[in-house]
Amino acid sequence: MLEIVLISAIKVVVVILVVLTGCAYATYLERKVVGHMQHRIGPLYAGPHGLLQPIADAVKLIFKEEIVPDNVERVTYALAPIISFVPSMLIFAVIPFGADTVLFGHEVTMVISDMNVAILFILATTSLGVYGIVLAGWSSGSKYSLMGGLRSSAQMISYEVGYGLSIVGVILIANTLSLRELVEQQASFGDWFIWRQPLGFLLFLTCAIAETNRLPFDMPEAESELVGGFHTEYSSMRFAMFFIGEYAAILGVAAVATSLFLGGWQGPYLPSVVWFCIKVFLFMFFYIWLRATFPRFRYDQLMAFGWKVLFPLALLNTIVTAALVML
Amino acid sequence: MINLDTIIFAISALVAVFGAVMMIGQRNPVASVLYFILSLVAQAVLYIQLGALFLGAILIIVYAGAIMVLFLFVIMLLNLRGQEDLGERGSSVGRFSKYLLVTLFVIELGMVIKSSVLPNAGITGISSMVPSDFGSVVGVAELLFGKYLYPFELASVLLLAAIVGAVVMAGREKAGDTPAAAKPESASGPGSVGGAGD
Repeated sequence: MLEIVLISAIKVVVVILVVLTGCAYATYLERKVVGHMQHRIGPLYAGPHGLLQPIADAVKLIFKEEIVPDNVERVTYALAPIISFVPSMLIFAVIPFGADTVLFGHEVTMVISDMNVAILFILATTSLGVYGIVLAGWSSGSKYSLMGGLRSSAQMISYEVGYGLSIVGVILIANTLSLRELVEQQASFGDWFIWRQPLGFLLFLTCAIAETNRLPFDMPEAESELVGGFHTEYSSMRFAMFFIGEYAAILGVAAVATSLFLGGWQGPYLPSVVWFCIKVFLFMFFYIWLRATFPRFRYDQLMAFGWKVLFPLALLNTIVTAALVML
Repeated sequence: MINLDTIIFAISALVAVFGAVMMIGQRNPVASVLYFILSLVAQAVLYIQLGALFLGAILIIVYAGAIMVLFLFVIMLLNLRGQEDLGERGSSVGRFSKYLLVTLFVIELGMVIKSSVLPNAGITGISSMVPSDFGSVVGVAELLFGKYLYPFELASVLLLAAIVGAVVMAGREKAGDTPAAAKPESASGPGSVGGAGD
């Protein structure tokens, strides 16, 4: 009993540390990659090739003065960054990072909690993430923040439908809701669900970008129209928590996509954890690439796209997959 | 007998009741929504404790993730900020009888629970009271698409009718000559926002 508790505790700590470091370096990756794509060089001075830049940023954010405007709703204002941060970290509780291994004489499963409804757990935590943004927008007592929060709630509700439906195809084929079993079914390259669910994969990708508020769907914080959007009135560590939460959500979505469609930790020669990291990294790179390539949608285009294109396509995909599975 | 199950049950049950009570007692509607979500999360923990992982997850996805977000959306659009005149406080006699009735109800509830639930099954025995597939994906699916297929399909038709009705009403107000009055209506449904752009 004690051994199980200890192993779980260590796994939780390791995963949190790795994810937080990953978030910090995701910002570095983003600035560097976007910099080079725009013919700049990106951060360069802190450490070799600017590698210490995320640490410098963190120190700066911690030491900045916390400014709370007068007309905020205090409790909700303080709660909002936490509510936005926690659900995006929770996703990693059900992600399988690698094959079962023996470490220091103990059998260790490379997943914190092997739930048999892991996919539903992911959907549940994703759907809770919107509260942080909505409450931040509402409690700030600023028009920009409120508009950002309203846009975001509408956008996230709309794209959650497509997000959920795009996963249903995979579930129908695999006949399980457990991420671990899903990954185990994708043992070889040809078994990856991306080949059997190409439309589902594209839909998942598009909806995931909208869910995590990334360009070209970053309506809640469109700088040119809304100043900073929902986090206009936040500063110092509270702002940083939104920031980390957003990057953790992106990492989480990348990990989910890897597990659902790209075979998770399965791969030849290299250790399973390394394969997992490589696939997640490729996803992150793709995300940043998209950001450097596409202009932002207009708000009504975004909503029309979600409801009139993605939603019917996702339904169609589900129906066709269900029919094929039945036959 | 106190074991981990009992402790988790006690905490989440207390949190659920606390959230429900606080939800009613708040003047600020946003705080009410937050307490309701707290209560929902605690209820999800109770479901999970019964082994009904599926029901717990669905409770969070549907209620906390979708319905309460829409509530919050409407509250924000109407900009309700804990106003003073949300209701009549009533005369002192009315207030007194109100509290009297609530107290009576609580006492009655306590007696019912004490006489019927507690002797038959202790708190620890709850997970053995339900069938093993209670609230699992297969269990729910068999009930929904087997025993209760017709009520389920009828309910879906009813919901569809409600959706169509809402869309028709929103569209009619927009076509009328009072654009200011129609504005919050058309914005409260995410779908109609997209429709307005065409």
